[in-house]
Amino acid sequence: MRSHAKRLPSRPVILLLQLGVLIAFFLIWHLLTDTKILSPFFFGTPGAVLARTWADFASGVIWYHLGITLLETALAFIIGTVAGIAFGFWFARAPLVSVVFDPYIKAVNALPRVVLAPIFALWLGLGIWSKVALGVTLVFFIVFFNVYQGVKEVSPVVLANARMLGASSRDLFRHVYLPSALSWVFSSLHTAVGFAMVGAVVGEYLGSAAGLGYRIHQAEGVFDTVGVFSGMLVLTIFVVLIDAAVTMIEKRLLHWRPQDTGGGQH
Amino acid sequence: MAEAAAAAPALQLEGVTCTFPSPDGRGRSYTAVQGASFTVADGEFVSIVGPTGSGKSTMLNVAAGLLKPSEGRALSFGQPVTGINPKAGYMFQAEALMPWKSALDNVAAGLEFRGVSKAEARERALPWLSRVGLEGFGDRFPHQLSGGMRKRVALAQTLIVDPKIILMDEPFSALDVQTRQMMENELLDLWAADRKSVVFITHDLEEAIAMSDRVLVLSAGPGSRLIGEYRIDLDRPRDVAEIRMTPQFLALHQEIWAQLRDEVLKGYAQTKLR
Repeated sequence: MRSHAKRLPSRPVILLLQLGVLIAFFLIWHLLTDTKILSPFFFGTPGAVLARTWADFASGVIWYHLGITLLETALAFIIGTVAGIAFGFWFARAPLVSVVFDPYIKAVNALPRVVLAPIFALWLGLGIWSKVALGVTLVFFIVFFNVYQGVKEVSPVVLANARMLGASSRDLFRHVYLPSALSWVFSSLHTAVGFAMVGAVVGEYLGSAAGLGYRIHQAEGVFDTVGVFSGMLVLTIFVVLIDAAVTMIEKRLLHWRPQDTGGGQH
Repeated sequence: MAEAAAAAPALQLEGVTCTFPSPDGRGRSYTAVQGASFTVADGEFVSIVGPTGSGKSTMLNVAAGLLKPSEGRALSFGQPVTGINPKAGYMFQAEALMPWKSALDNVAAGLEFRGVSKAEARERALPWLSRVGLEGFGDRFPHQLSGGMRKRVALAQTLIVDPKIILMDEPFSALDVQTRQMMENELLDLWAADRKSVVFITHDLEEAIAMSDRVLVLSAGPGSRLIGEYRIDLDRPRDVAEIRMTPQFLALHQEIWAQLRDEVLKGYAQTKLR
């Protein structure tokens, strides 16, 4: 429930305030390190971090690593989503399969996926595929559970109505089950994309020769705090950009849904 | 061919009994309908009234082919109903529109399922939208329409595939009284245009009398049976609001209500027991 007692200021004002918070954060950081209250060795300085980030982009070294991370994220997201949709449908339409596999699915989902990273590195080497595999294990379950739910939650009345209108089982899949399941998938898109990136970066961090996680790990290894913070900054910027893109896609594809009532698990 | 179709009733239920296992899996099973037999002639408008929980929807689901009866059978134009009844259109009580399709695409859906191309289905759906008074609302999604408008879309969606018999399960029960009477009149107009058979389920006796050629009364459940049949020989065309004031209407209402009242009381007592 939105209370109308307290009116929020207009959008430009809010944007200005948000920008203010960002500037204040960097300003406080700058003051604390400048006055040596916080050691610049351990905390870096915002000036140095921004300068390093700028230099990395200017020289172009960062693009290669960023490209690797984004490629791993995209692959993990696509493979995880497609597999999640396929298995979600299969399980939802085959009750016996779903009942038999239920405890195992839950067990695997409860497993902290990071422990799989060394295994994947062993199996798939230090290239991108071990990171993609890690991301897939994260994305798959989110999409899988949402598709399963989406297919199960199709209104029986909508289903009966479509059948009375002459829908074949192929029509039902295309016009009823799929849109319903996809609406749940899209509502978990933010989480799925985020997890794909987590898989990529954590995988790189634990062992690789390229990528943002690799760069952060390298910087950490030589106590280069400025490098670590610079890597985090680049990562943050791109996560925010990807999230904005996802929001746009979501708005386009889910325009049939009433606002402010998001279904789906997060 | 036409004569054969005219000879066979649009719908015929023969001794239909529907028994469901009890929800908790043990204990006694629940019989919704017991030995229901009735026919609906081609072009006839028949209403079925009964108290809540009297298995009205169950009988409709049997006629539609959505539910296989435990005993007895349903025939539609002489053909036994096995699987979905292809001659029937069904208007549900609950929201049945596909929320991810626009109003126009919802109306066009039935044609698409029958293999008509998307473009042509849309083109043919347009006049149906204006026929139910929704010209210019084609690109709205169901959540952007009012309850009455959604029912209009559902009506157009059902009628566009030209069903020979229309099954309606309390289609207007969720609407306010004014909208409801408007919808009832519009339905009667559309029905008068090409006289399809209609089976109209309602718990509202006035609605049943105002619209139908014949009213069937169901007893209170469980194990409801048909206990009364009344011919409504009021003149057509009718206005559902005005006809309620006529003496013939009142006499019919009194007669049927005398029988229905006991069942409603029984049904009410049972809902309290449950």
